[in-house]
Amino acid sequence: MASPSPKSPEQSEKNKQYDRQLRLWGDHGQAALENGHICLINATALGTEILKSIVLPGVGAVTIVDHNIVSDEDIGCNFFLECSSKGLNRGSETLRLLLELNPAVQGHAVYEPAEQILRDNPDFFKSFSVVIATSIPEKTIQDLAQHLWDINIPFVLCRSVGFLGSFRIQMKEHTIIETHPENEQIDLRLDVPFPVLAEYLDAFNIDAADLKDHGHIPWIVILYKAVQKWQKTNQNRWPMSRKEKNEIKDIIREFIKKDENGLPIEEENFEEALRAVNTALVPTFLPVKIQDLIYSSSAINLTKESSPFWIMCSALKGFVEAEGKGKLPLRGVLPDMTTSTEHYVKLQSIYRAQAVMEAEIVYRKVQEIVGQLHCDSISEADVKLFCRHAYDLHLIKGSNIVEEYRLGNAVTSYIGRYLEEPDVMMVHYILLRSAEKFQSEHCRAPGEWEPEGDIAKLKTCVTKLLSDISCTPFPKDDHIHEMCRYGGAEIHSVSAFLGGCIAHEAIKIITKQYKPVNNTFIYDGASTNTATFTF
Amino acid sequence: MADGEVQTLDYQQRRWHNIRKLLERSGPFCHPDFEPSAEILDFIMNSCKVLIVGAGGLGCELLKDLALMGFKKLHIVDMDTIELSNLNRQFLFRKNDIGLSKAKCAVEFVNKRVPGCEAVAHHCSIQDLDEGFYRQFHIVVCGLDSIVARRWLNGMLMSLLQYNDDRSLDQSSVIPLVDGGTEGFKGNARVILPGMSACIECTLDLYPPQKTFPLCTIANTPRLPEHCIEYVKVLQWAKENPWGSSTSLDGDDPQHVAWVYEKAQERATKYGITSVTYRLTQGVLKNIIPAVASTNAAIAATCATEVFKLATSCCTNMNNYMVLNMSEGVYTYTFAAEKRPDCIACSNTTRSMEIESNATLQAIYDKLCEDKGYLMKSPGITTIINGRNKTLYMSSIKSIEEKTRDNLKKKITELGLYNGADILVADVTTPNTLTIKLKFSNNLDDDMGR
Ligand SMILES: [Zn+2]
Repeated sequence: MASPSPKSPEQSEKNKQYDRQLRLWGDHGQAALENGHICLINATALGTEILKSIVLPGVGAVTIVDHNIVSDEDIGCNFFLECSSKGLNRGSETLRLLLELNPAVQGHAVYEPAEQILRDNPDFFKSFSVVIATSIPEKTIQDLAQHLWDINIPFVLCRSVGFLGSFRIQMKEHTIIETHPENEQIDLRLDVPFPVLAEYLDAFNIDAADLKDHGHIPWIVILYKAVQKWQKTNQNRWPMSRKEKNEIKDIIREFIKKDENGLPIEEENFEEALRAVNTALVPTFLPVKIQDLIYSSSAINLTKESSPFWIMCSALKGFVEAEGKGKLPLRGVLPDMTTSTEHYVKLQSIYRAQAVMEAEIVYRKVQEIVGQLHCDSISEADVKLFCRHAYDLHLIKGSNIVEEYRLGNAVTSYIGRYLEEPDVMMVHYILLRSAEKFQSEHCRAPGEWEPEGDIAKLKTCVTKLLSDISCTPFPKDDHIHEMCRYGGAEIHSVSAFLGGCIAHEAIKIITKQYKPVNNTFIYDGASTNTATFTF
Repeated sequence: MADGEVQTLDYQQRRWHNIRKLLERSGPFCHPDFEPSAEILDFIMNSCKVLIVGAGGLGCELLKDLALMGFKKLHIVDMDTIELSNLNRQFLFRKNDIGLSKAKCAVEFVNKRVPGCEAVAHHCSIQDLDEGFYRQFHIVVCGLDSIVARRWLNGMLMSLLQYNDDRSLDQSSVIPLVDGGTEGFKGNARVILPGMSACIECTLDLYPPQKTFPLCTIANTPRLPEHCIEYVKVLQWAKENPWGSSTSLDGDDPQHVAWVYEKAQERATKYGITSVTYRLTQGVLKNIIPAVASTNAAIAATCATEVFKLATSCCTNMNNYMVLNMSEGVYTYTFAAEKRPDCIACSNTTRSMEIESNATLQAIYDKLCEDKGYLMKSPGITTIINGRNKTLYMSSIKSIEEKTRDNLKKKITELGLYNGADILVADVTTPNTLTIKLKFSNNLDDDMGR
């Protein structure tokens, strides 16, 4: 038998290879990733585990800055080193083996220490999307953090010691349009239907429908009719309280057809309407978070350098104040519901057409602003995407790591609050910071040679840090002892966990999709516990 | 042997320096049984046998993680071969490896990269391996994407449990199971001590129910692009048989996918439905779960850390279930999943099923498929009458299904079942045949409806 030959072109090789991740961040997310360039300082096991999960999905390029020579211990915990790597430069060896994972990724190795680059060629860092550093001393952390803050390049500082690990993300500002919330706010405008929608909803007559049509009435219509009926005896108010919503449910139950014995007939669409009462009757509103965004100074005081996000926020403000009458542009997405194809497609097209119209208004405002500022144009597709996600826009305002190290008032009172609780994850933070201090004072990790002797010395570091925060010393030495037991050891599976998480955060930062950690993450593999702090 | 004696013993090599700190030093948070010593690393390297189930996204990571944590006696089992769409996360494979056995390829790579590692590959399904095979391991770690396979493996480890004369558990028969799973940016990892803590069957309700579309929607009132694709998959393919009646739809055949895509598009256009895409078609046909390297890395590493703790006692284990969500920040939550006292897999009790005396066999069948304690796929039911085995219903073999189909409509008493009778149940979700004692409930209608 002759084979049918479908005309559709086969998918490209690249689409096939990346299929499972394209379902998470789309082709535009992938394009952003492929334009990304990551800089890693120090190719420790943690460093290479991070790069592994960024190289596999296809980042544009990676640059490794590492002047260290490969040791036996490196080979023992770093998968991207071979026995023959011993004595060679760690950056170039790991780079060679990492690039095998994905031929599409470009790679560079730089043999100078980060300190030297900072001193001699600070512009080096300007070209990166994200700079990630592991195992750098206290002084370098602060110098690097300050420089990256000044040139506005995202920075991730990472640590892995024994069962403990952490990462800290430093970004001045990060704006996200596609946050991919677990539960999207539905936007149906039943309380303020636009004319075309009102006309469509009003045309239904629930009681007059025969049994088949009755079972196909979309729940949106049922809800709308129930509220209208309720409003006749309630001064046209909108049902808000639980009691009032229960009254709506009673009306919906009255709508349900009864059989000859007076028992209600099972109708899925009416069941759906009953279930939707609590979520779909929330009045249309402008979320406070979005109001804060569009009235923030970044949206009001635009300059030629303003990012498209802020220009679109400004246009959005214009829309809300004028055509939107206090509301955001319609999302234009209809949830699935039991109904006929005809009703569903019609209703969907009503919502979509209105959303397109409102997005066009916003787009015109964007064009006006762009014209006034003489800045780069913004595509209509981008504005549509922005409007579609207007309810979920998100802004992270970051803080400088140097401030955290200087222990200003805000930082000390923040840490103090958690230590009072007492929060063991904040204790781990103190230990990680103290171990860093120990390293800079003694030129070795606490317990690197033998644990007992360093307990007292590490305790001095901890107590000093705690007194700088105006906190009393820890009553017990157990966590200090445990840190000395680790002796600065890097445990592969702990680094692998953190590597996965940090790679993920870097991808979020580059693709500007999903919300990254704001801004400090602590992991304790011993207790399988994690925490997020915001410094 | 003579060669080995002149060299440094493997566990004393400098490259293991990091791990030795954890194993040769004691700490305030160690497991009470922990005695620091150099022999622990020797045990991990030269005695402790670990089975990795699955050589996919999690399996590749697990093999690497465990090899770098000192384990040498690793076995890995997977029946699959390498595909292009694996390469975005299964980092031990290259384009040249497409079509080769995942287990073999992974083992070859890791044994070469980590000197001394003696991993062994099994290119077969887990069901091909018997009790004797599974019994040789100290720990089993599982990174599967199939719930049915995971349940089968769980059932296997539970069936290895032995009980003493006083009905207490024989501890030496316990093989801990560490299980990981991922879906997109989410995942979970858990530690199961068979017979002692919650097993897979104890917590079946943690798996989300499978999303299905009602047939009448697909056939009569399609609304979503998925409905159109399902229509072509379920109804139109069988009707048109585009490659002849002997060729069934294969989601991996690009020609098949393209055909379904085009037909689904035609149907969508007819109904005014938009957004049927090739990617969506493929996703629906193959029930594709999104996957990314980072989530797999994090979950596998969590599992590897727990395997290391189990093998060394250097730290107490996670108790006992961790969920991870990386879509908003990075969030984890660890809780103690509870053991079901009447679990069909891990409790050492006689199972019983309450059923009305005038019920049909269908009612028993439905209970086995729908009851939260069973959730079986296609149970085969037999019983013993006058010392002889009698098949009541079995759907897995076509000829037997046809012969026994009528039994479903019959009352159980007509089939010779009585209050206290045992039925024997077999299903793909377990390697064991379950014995269930029927308990007739009183037939009084105490609830006359609402
Ligand atoms: Zn159980």
